[in-house]
Amino acid sequence: MGMLDAIILIILSLTVLATVMTTSLLQAAIGLAVTSALLTVVMFKLNAPLAALFELSVCAGLIPVIFITVISLTKPLSNEEMKTESREKMTRFWPLPIVFILAGIIAAYLKIRISLKLPMHGPSLDVRQVLWSVRQIDLIGQLAVLLAGAFAILVLFKEMRRK
Amino acid sequence: MELLLILLPFVSLLLLNLPIKRWGRRFGFWVVLAVALLQICAVCLPWLNFFGGDPTGISALFNIKLAVDGITKVLLLSIGLVSAAALFTCCGVHGDEEKRFDFINILLVALMGMNGIVLVKDLFSMYVFIEVVGIASFILIAFQKDRDALESSFKYIVFSAIATIIMLSSIALLLLFSADTSFASLAIAIKGSSANLLVIFAIAAYISGVLIKGGLMPFHGWLPDAYMAAPNSTSVLLAGIVTKSVGIYPLIRIVHSVFGYSASMNSVLLAVGAISAVLAAFAAITQSDFKRMLAYSSISQVGYIILGLGCGTALGLAAAIFHLFNHSIFKSLLFVNAAAVESRTASRDIENMSGLAQKMPWTGATSALACLSVAGIPPLSGFWSKLLIIIALWTSGSYFYAVIAILASVVTLAYMLTLQRKVFFGEVAPSLSKVTEAESPFVVPAMVLAGVLVFVSILFPLLINTFIVPIGGIF
Amino acid sequence: MITIGSLWPFFIFASLIFIAGIYCVVMTYNMVKLLIGLELMIKAVTFLLIVAGYVTNNMANAQALVITLIVIEVVIMTVAVGVVLGIYFYTGSLDSRLIRRLKG
Repeated sequence: MGMLDAIILIILSLTVLATVMTTSLLQAAIGLAVTSALLTVVMFKLNAPLAALFELSVCAGLIPVIFITVISLTKPLSNEEMKTESREKMTRFWPLPIVFILAGIIAAYLKIRISLKLPMHGPSLDVRQVLWSVRQIDLIGQLAVLLAGAFAILVLFKEMRRK
Repeated sequence: MELLLILLPFVSLLLLNLPIKRWGRRFGFWVVLAVALLQICAVCLPWLNFFGGDPTGISALFNIKLAVDGITKVLLLSIGLVSAAALFTCCGVHGDEEKRFDFINILLVALMGMNGIVLVKDLFSMYVFIEVVGIASFILIAFQKDRDALESSFKYIVFSAIATIIMLSSIALLLLFSADTSFASLAIAIKGSSANLLVIFAIAAYISGVLIKGGLMPFHGWLPDAYMAAPNSTSVLLAGIVTKSVGIYPLIRIVHSVFGYSASMNSVLLAVGAISAVLAAFAAITQSDFKRMLAYSSISQVGYIILGLGCGTALGLAAAIFHLFNHSIFKSLLFVNAAAVESRTASRDIENMSGLAQKMPWTGATSALACLSVAGIPPLSGFWSKLLIIIALWTSGSYFYAVIAILASVVTLAYMLTLQRKVFFGEVAPSLSKVTEAESPFVVPAMVLAGVLVFVSILFPLLINTFIVPIGGIF
Repeated sequence: MITIGSLWPFFIFASLIFIAGIYCVVMTYNMVKLLIGLELMIKAVTFLLIVAGYVTNNMANAQALVITLIVIEVVIMTVAVGVVLGIYFYTGSLDSRLIRRLKG
């Protein structure tokens, strides 16, 4: 694990921290997108190109767009409300960076002492072969999920305009 | 040919939604009824040889391995019966044809998902179908889009997502030890390194995840609201089979096939089951809303099922699955009757109802049968399954838990008889003098379910050798 | 052979993202922020799956699981956003303290 990986992971955790601690919803959604993009880079370096591709296009593209749509459909807070809310929020959220650093230190101490021998599998099938031949039932499941999503949009969003 | 049980709802869903003029609206009901009946016939008529060979050759096109054993067959039968009951109820609850069509579509998706859960042999595929059923239930709870329904649907989404995340992290940890996520390779891997801290953590995490999905006691926060605020047809489906197939069946399957029984796992299951059975029974006594009381009663009965599972013996497993089947029958019957009562009296407050049995004879009679069965009165089916669970607890040495099971049974008797007396017996309340019998979409499923209940109760001495012991015999 | 000992930083960062997600879900009063917290937790699990696949050289299975998981996650988020919008049209705000009417 080289220096570059360490830097990317540290920036990732800082982005996650910023996403959680910010008051503005829009910045949180954009923070989510940046987090997903950084996670994509990490996944590329771990030899998972297809999963990284999905993560980039869906989780860094589609889902933040959905969130930004919701945020733009709901009315934003006015300036005074924003100030009181951010003060109130800081009183609840300030422990997070401290928890972060403590958790990091504790986890680093624990993990050094675990070293397992894990089974190594030889180079087996490729991802595309696994998805299409071994795990075909998952594809039927994914189709069902997508159908369910289509009906969700039909049922839940149909009368939005009337109200 | 069991692949047909998953493909047939999928194909009918696509066919029903073709833009041929109003084809789907007119035939949707019959198509779903046919699919559910096919499922029931496939299990009940073994001479059809549905689960053996494949004369149509469809399975050769796919490379999918499905497995059917005794537990799966019982679940398939329950899924078929409760889906048919929910189908009938939706015709009574939703008057608008468009809404009925939407419900039928989502019901087909849920049916496909539930069949998928019970048929697959792989832990991650089971998770995928659990999510399919979960998404279908989120939509079904929020179906009428009134405020309480949306609120309880949101709560259910959050709890279910947290359970999902816990289950997935467990799968990730187990992937460190096993080459695949199928039941067979996971079982080998866990047996190989069962003392490893990560494996124990993964097992504990997975069991917590399915306990949250099944709505057992410390994690039941979403269940009473979801059962109460959902529209009546959804409550029949939720209480009858959804909670059992996404929570209890995965627990039974992984404890039986993957993790194996061990002393600590048994004690955890017994403790969770006992807490749910007793505390939920006490909570049910204080409720005044019909459906909320039935929701707490569901948590209590599912606690019984977990008590049966925690015995660790073949008799315990058979008793647990028998009680699961009975519970799906009588709980859906009670929810169908609650829907009938609400459709005629427009209220669910049991404090202000009385004497409905004189006005709604069929509803009153079937509800009496269901209440007595839940309470465990002989010779009804509930009595037999509870007796089997108590015997299994006693013979496996957990005397303390057997006594707790008997105590919870007494409390169940108390609140069920109170419910029956308050709502159906006694003098007709003056505000209810104009109530008539519910219309046929509610009476037909009630009578069919009551018929199944009586059938199982009377034929229990015959069933115990042909039906029940072989389920446990898969040990 | 790659043992888990040499890859412990990945596990630490996965649990850090997880902790941030849990903190966000528990402490926030805003429904959309709650959904963002759930998203972060799912990212932590995705990361864990990929690292598990890397360590045991089983990337085929791990990537297949991650792809399926991402598809499911996007549909769950869509449904959740639909429900949140429905609640918004009743209460006029995204505050989760206003939806405590049912007593559980």
